[in-house]
Amino acid sequence: MSSTESRRTALDALHRSLGATMTDFAGWDMPLRYGSERDEHNAVRTKAGLFDLSHMGEITVTGPQAAELLNFALVGNIASVGVGRARYTMICQADGGILDDLIVYRLADTEAASSQYLVVANASNAQVVLDALTERAAGFDAEVRDDRDAYALIAVQGPQAPGILASLTDADLDGLKYYAGLPGTVAGVPALIARTGYTGEDGFELFVKPEHAVELWQALTKAGEGVGLVPCGLSCRDTLRLEAGMPLYGHELSTSLTPFDAGLGRVVKFEKEGDFVGRAALREAAENANHEPPRVLVGLIAEGRRVPRAGYAVVAGGEVIGEVTSGAPSPTLGKPIAMAYVDPAHATPGTAGVGVDIRGSHEPYEVVALPFYKRQK
Amino acid sequence: MSNPQQLRYSKEHEWLSGAEDGVSTVGITEHAANALGDVVFVQLPEVGDTVTAGETCGELESTKSVSDLYSPVSGEVTEVNEDVVSDPALVNSAPFEGGWLFKVRVAEEPADLLSADEYTAFSAG
Repeated sequence: MSSTESRRTALDALHRSLGATMTDFAGWDMPLRYGSERDEHNAVRTKAGLFDLSHMGEITVTGPQAAELLNFALVGNIASVGVGRARYTMICQADGGILDDLIVYRLADTEAASSQYLVVANASNAQVVLDALTERAAGFDAEVRDDRDAYALIAVQGPQAPGILASLTDADLDGLKYYAGLPGTVAGVPALIARTGYTGEDGFELFVKPEHAVELWQALTKAGEGVGLVPCGLSCRDTLRLEAGMPLYGHELSTSLTPFDAGLGRVVKFEKEGDFVGRAALREAAENANHEPPRVLVGLIAEGRRVPRAGYAVVAGGEVIGEVTSGAPSPTLGKPIAMAYVDPAHATPGTAGVGVDIRGSHEPYEVVALPFYKRQK
Repeated sequence: MSNPQQLRYSKEHEWLSGAEDGVSTVGITEHAANALGDVVFVQLPEVGDTVTAGETCGELESTKSVSDLYSPVSGEVTEVNEDVVSDPALVNSAPFEGGWLFKVRVAEEPADLLSADEYTAFSAG
């Protein structure tokens, strides 16, 4: 980014009036927390939390060959996504390295656009994804449009989220499945209502025009007053996704890893029609993963109380056998937890003798399967 | 937030009580606690350790980061707050009271400790 000035969301003044501690995130000035991040985390697990996610990067792809373009540009089979449904997918380099992980929504057909997709990229990668899609669109009858400024994104997450939202909309929320999205009106504001999230809880993400963001936030706040809804910052979003075993770009995902390295090979659909960027390299990565697996992404739970941080070495028998990619104190487990890439020999849950080098001291850790937390349905 | 008048403060955001029988209490300020976020782990010096003004003598971990704990004075540690070790959230909820960290028999005090008003101005800047 050429400017040193942080970008501010449409809810910026509201965050400040709520006393939020702000932080720079991918060039955006975002709420880190409003009060205690542990209380915010627990509210999402047990009641509900309200998030401003307007930093996420929205890109619209339209045109007769929009689906063909996305099938070529991304590793998933986007052509098979039905109207009103969404798909978790990735965009890779020709060498198979992950450029970003994405959610692609297939929007309802309109008269203006018979085939319309909303691609949501991480804030830190929005420009990279936009550039790659634009470049890969050459030769397709499809348009790639930068819609980052067209949307504010507000998420309501937690067990009370459906009740809160239902009180503000006539949309059929019961009929809205996980990873689906439908256009509707929430508190009088036109919105794309998506049942997605990054917390491990049930919840919704609402894409609205920035000029409607404050009105919607305030309506949600009021509707959630009686059931424990609290505003939540990025700090608890990180611990929530970590407990849920969800990867974060720049931590578990990077251009030096393929989806297979990250244990997410299932997002690569070789069976789809036509070529796609990275196919040959990913085919090779898939085969390597079968007979000569690279490091494996595992969960670690501390026996002690010192917190592992990204970049810390995972050790066994005095040897470095891996690296922590994300770590934090887990409010739900009451112990520090981490995700780490480790050598396959030490990746089996229950493997003894594994530790994390925490500033020179080897602290014992238990190897577990991900996720750390799964909600009761 | 208000910084108690009877305490003195370091630029590393520790507070120091007036000495009773030559022993002062040390903690971190509310400003520092707020900046850290929820404190989840506290590593303190041990009783009998010698601490040196301006040098690290422990660490404080919060959700997002780990920070060194600096001693505002030089001397011998006479007591550590076991309550804060078992319940680090005390640092956030009562930084000037139940969240105190350790007591030290002061051997030497740096000349540049701040008054409450000076620290308030310093931490606002």
